[in-house]
Amino acid sequence: MTFLSVLTVLLVLLPLFAIFAYLVYKGIGSINLAFLTQTPKPVGEPGGGMANAIVGSMVILAIASLLGVPLGIGAGIFLSEYGRNRYGDIVRFISDVLNGVPSIVIGIVAYGLVVMRQKHFSALAGGVALAIMMVPTIARTTEQMLLLVPQAIREAAYGLGVSRWRTTLSITLRTATSGVITGVMLAFARVAGETAPLLFTAFGNQFWNWKSDQPTAALSLQIFTYAISPFDEWHRQAWAGALVLIILIVGAVAAVRIAVRHGTLAGA
Amino acid sequence: MSNQALPRPRFNAPEPERESKANLKVEARTAPLLQGKVSEVPDALFGGAMRLCGLAVVALLGLIVYQLVVGSTLSWHAFGWKFFAQSDWNPVSDQYGALPFIYGTVVSSLLALVIAIPLSLGVAVFITEMCPIWLRGILSFTTELLAAIPSVVYGLWAIFILVPVLRAYVQPFLATTFGWTGLFSGPPYGIGMLAAGVILAIMIIPIISSITREVLTVVPQHQREGVLALGATRWEMIRMGVLRNARAGIVGAIILGLGRALGETMAVTMVIGNRPEIAKSLFAPGYTMASVLANEFTEATGDLYLSALIEIGLALFFVTIVVNALARLMVWSVTRGQPSRSIA
Repeated sequence: MTFLSVLTVLLVLLPLFAIFAYLVYKGIGSINLAFLTQTPKPVGEPGGGMANAIVGSMVILAIASLLGVPLGIGAGIFLSEYGRNRYGDIVRFISDVLNGVPSIVIGIVAYGLVVMRQKHFSALAGGVALAIMMVPTIARTTEQMLLLVPQAIREAAYGLGVSRWRTTLSITLRTATSGVITGVMLAFARVAGETAPLLFTAFGNQFWNWKSDQPTAALSLQIFTYAISPFDEWHRQAWAGALVLIILIVGAVAAVRIAVRHGTLAGA
Repeated sequence: MSNQALPRPRFNAPEPERESKANLKVEARTAPLLQGKVSEVPDALFGGAMRLCGLAVVALLGLIVYQLVVGSTLSWHAFGWKFFAQSDWNPVSDQYGALPFIYGTVVSSLLALVIAIPLSLGVAVFITEMCPIWLRGILSFTTELLAAIPSVVYGLWAIFILVPVLRAYVQPFLATTFGWTGLFSGPPYGIGMLAAGVILAIMIIPIISSITREVLTVVPQHQREGVLALGATRWEMIRMGVLRNARAGIVGAIILGLGRALGETMAVTMVIGNRPEIAKSLFAPGYTMASVLANEFTEATGDLYLSALIEIGLALFFVTIVVNALARLMVWSVTRGQPSRSIA
């Protein structure tokens, strides 16, 4: 039985290594300066890149973070500081359930909310979709991190006459900063590679776009379009895009972790 | 909670922790005199704002339901329950039936579970019960790395690596060995239900195994010792002392995996073949609820077409909500009362 168990581990690790190996092997040869600085070329022309998609992804993610992070942290504070009761349990359960809503369904909702009103696919709609996905994850991790802060610290602050809101922000939240940021990064990493909710919100774009109310390219969308296309040149670029996407996600998470560790962002 | 009711003394300085000791003493003595002036307004504002954020989570769910229900009314009025029983999907004649998509979603997810359950249980048991401590952290980290890979990257890998491997080696083998079952017949395209099931399995293994691991570590150590003391072998100990005790949690983990598989879009869309047909053979191309949304939503020209697609979204939403709620309840029934989940 031990043998069987070890076998399952090897079987599970095999695809992981295969995915990373192929990603690096196929991707690294295709990443060059043009890929990072140019927009896609028309079909048949070699060269071109995904610069607009890389920037587009960043814009969409920035919008999503701007909307989702404060709301998520607020909901987390509610759950841990004001929600140790039935209402809190309801919110807790709903956010767990929201976590399981398929991302494509979130896409439909953002389509109805933003795209139908604006009559445009837009970066904003993509950002809204991703923000909806970030909120429940951030809320639950923030709650767990705040609960780790000993009650005695809160009481010490109250004892000194610090008001409750001030205690929550300057004492509790600040003590849990690094944990909360880790939770935010988890949510960020989860939505950064999302494609399904962007299909009919951000839509994709072959050109540069600097307006938040126009269709915007995203790295994940571009990978999808290129992967299912029949052209070898595009397949090559899809691999490169996938590698860049993973590097960007890992890079963003690592950068924030390092910043937290070195005290740039940490309060305590 | 109780400290909200107490009147709090107010200090002149906004940050009392920076006050000198002497100053604090004086303030504390004079504090009761100031009681009448204590302002509850900022506290009430902050508390209100945080409650609003909590309410927003509930509102989000309401918003999702509202959007889906309103969007699908047209199709609901046109087809009623028949929508879920008809297999005709024809945008040209405005006839929509969701059966092939439901079939594809169910079959691909079940196939994924069949592959993923033994593998993830094996991994979880190995990590919690057998593996040396130094390897434990590395293994759980690596399996969780699998969960961090974006769905579209899985799809990319599946198209160019998995599908050719299935086509060249796995499908011919299955066809000759198990062809008599009828499940593995027809031309081995590579692309099709089987490929979708395999890539889904790879994607849900990290979820099932990490939650199973969590549940297994909750089983009390004396259960293991008790069973071992009765003369059980290590395998008997795992089966009777550990797995049986964690049953409900493991089932919960599996259902959570199922929930993820049902709603998974991109990787499946890229390899399932996208043909709205119901075929017995797993080699045949299929279509799922999520992938029809991904492929056709932006191209839906007519109002009824769009509405039918949104109704598929509503059905998908409803099913995943039920599945997830069920799973959460089962996992909670096992891990409840653990230190990490209770109030600090």
